[in-house]
Amino acid sequence: MTREKQIKTIIYHVLVAFGGFVMIYPLLWMVLSSFKPTDQVLPTASSLIPATWTLRNYIQGWKGFMGYSFGTFFLNSFIISLVSTFGTLVSSSLVAFALQRLEFKGRKILFTLVLSTMMLPAQILMIPQFMWFRHLNWVGTYYPMILPYFFAIQGFFVYLIMNFIGGIPKSLDEAAKIDGCSYYGIFFQIILPLIVPALVTSAIFSFIWRWDDYLSALLYVNRANMRPVSLALQLFNDPSSGSDIGSTLAMSTLSIVPATIIFLIFQKSLVEGIASTGIKG
Amino acid sequence: MTASRAKKRSGFSAWIGEESTAGYVFSLPFIIGFLMFMAIPMVLSLYYSFCKYDIQTPPTFIGLQNYIKIFTSDKVFTKALRVTCYYALIGTPLKVIFALMVALILNHESRAVGLYRAVYYLPSIIGGSVAVAILWRRLFESNGTINAIFSNVFPSLSGYNWFSEGPAIWVLIILTVWQFGSSMLIFLSALKQIPRELYEASWVDGANGFQQFANVTIPMLTPTIFFNLVQQTINSFLAFTQCKLITNGQPRNSTLFYTVYQYNKAFPAQGKSQMGYASALAWIMLVIVSVVTMLLFKSRSKWVFDA
Repeated sequence: MTREKQIKTIIYHVLVAFGGFVMIYPLLWMVLSSFKPTDQVLPTASSLIPATWTLRNYIQGWKGFMGYSFGTFFLNSFIISLVSTFGTLVSSSLVAFALQRLEFKGRKILFTLVLSTMMLPAQILMIPQFMWFRHLNWVGTYYPMILPYFFAIQGFFVYLIMNFIGGIPKSLDEAAKIDGCSYYGIFFQIILPLIVPALVTSAIFSFIWRWDDYLSALLYVNRANMRPVSLALQLFNDPSSGSDIGSTLAMSTLSIVPATIIFLIFQKSLVEGIASTGIKG
Repeated sequence: MTASRAKKRSGFSAWIGEESTAGYVFSLPFIIGFLMFMAIPMVLSLYYSFCKYDIQTPPTFIGLQNYIKIFTSDKVFTKALRVTCYYALIGTPLKVIFALMVALILNHESRAVGLYRAVYYLPSIIGGSVAVAILWRRLFESNGTINAIFSNVFPSLSGYNWFSEGPAIWVLIILTVWQFGSSMLIFLSALKQIPRELYEASWVDGANGFQQFANVTIPMLTPTIFFNLVQQTINSFLAFTQCKLITNGQPRNSTLFYTVYQYNKAFPAQGKSQMGYASALAWIMLVIVSVVTMLLFKSRSKWVFDA
C-alpha cells in the first residue's frame, strides 16, 4: 500500500466510524442516561458517560404502575409476539407452497391478493377492523392481536417464503411424487425442512414487529394486566403514572433489549432477508 | 395426475390427493384470513362511511354526507392531508438519498464494513418502537440533549423550542430519515449486483469516476431507487405511532398526520366517536395511496432503466 492510499484508508474509517457514532448516539444516550441518577439526566444531558452509576432507575422502574410490574408487561409481550409469530410462520409457509408449487384455478388471483395485502397496512385497516372486531366481541381480548396472524395476512412473509421455495429444485418434488408421496407429504417432508432459513428470517421480523406493535394494543387492550410493553411504556412515560425520567429511560432501554439481541445474533439472516425481498424496517 | 398413481383410490381420499384440491387446502388460511380480516372489514366500513355512527347507538344511513363534509368544509382534513404530503414528499426523498449515499460509501472492501453496516442499520430495526418515540421527545425537549449539545456551538439554540409550529414537523422528518437503514441494505445488495465489466468497459472508453457514477451506477440502480421510493412513500403516508406519541399533531395541527386525525375522529379524547366519518377517511386514504402508487408506477418507464 502506498502512503497516500494508507492515509485515504484512515480518513475513510475515521469518517465512517464518526458517522456511525452520530447514528447511534441517541440510543447510546438513552442507555447510558438510564444509569444516571434521575435528577442528573437533564442537567448533564450533553454528556454521555454517567458521573455516578446507579441501578436505582431499573429497580424503581421495574415496579411498574397501577399495581403491575414490568414483569407482567414483558410476559404479555412475549406471549403475544411468540404466538402470533408462530401463526405467521405456519400459515405463510402453507400458502407460499400452494402459490409457488401447485397448479390450481385461481392461483394467479390469490397471488395478486397476497401482494395487495402489502398495500393494505394496519393503518388503513385500523378503523374497519376495529368495527368488525367489535361486532365479534373481540375488543378487550388478545384475539385481534394474535388470531389474524394464523391466516397469512401479511403478504411479504408469504412472498419471502415463496421466493425461497422458488430456489428449491422442482426435481425434488417430482422424485418424491414418483415414490408415491402426496402433495402434503412433499410439503412436510421435502419443502419444510429446506425452508428453515426463510422461516428464521420471517420469525425475526415478525417477532420484532409484533413486539413493537403499539397501535393494536392501543385499540384492543383495556385491562391493565393485559398491557404489552409498548402500551405500558407509553402510559408509564406519562408523569401521572408516578414515573420519573430515569425510570422511564431504564424501562425504554429494557424494552429494546429483545430486538437488539435478536439483531445482533441474526444480523446476517436479517440483512439477507431485506436484500432479497426488500422488506421495510 | 392422480390417475397415473399405481394405487387407485376412490372418493374422498382421491379427491383430497389431487393437485388442485391440495392447492386450495394449502391456500385456505389466506382465503379465510383475507375474507375475515380484510375484505369483510373493508366492505363493512364502506357501508359505515355512508352512515352516522357513534358506536353507542346503531348507525343511521346519511348517504354521501360524510364525504361531502370532508371535501367541502373540513379544514382539519385539508390540513392533515397537507402535513402528510409535506412529510412524505420531503422525508421520503431525503431518506432514499441518504440511504444511497451511505450505501455508496459502505460499498467498500474492508472487514469493518460489516460492523458499520450493523451500526447504521440498528436505528431502523428499533425505530418503530415506543421507546424510540419517548427518546425522541426527550432529545428535542427545550432542555434536552440536542439543545444541550448544540448550544455550545450556537448559543442562540439554548432553550430553542423544537415543538413549536415551524420546526415540529422536522423533528418527525429527522426521525424518519434517521431510519434509512433498510433502504441502505437494499442499495448495498443492488450495488453488488452491478456487473464489473460495465465499469471496466467504461474505464477503457476513458470515463472518469464521476462519469462512471452518472452513466453506470445510477442507471443500474434506478430499479432499486424506484422500489425504495414506492415503499418509503407508502410508509410515510401511513406513519402513525411516532406522530401520535411525539407530537400528537400539535401544535395547532401542524404535525397532524392523516392516520392520527382518523384515529382522533374514531376515538376522540372527549366527545362522541365518529366511526362513520373515520371510515370515510380510511377509504379516502386507501384511494389516495392507490393513486400515488399508480402514478409512481406510471412514471417508472420514464426514468427507470431496465437492463
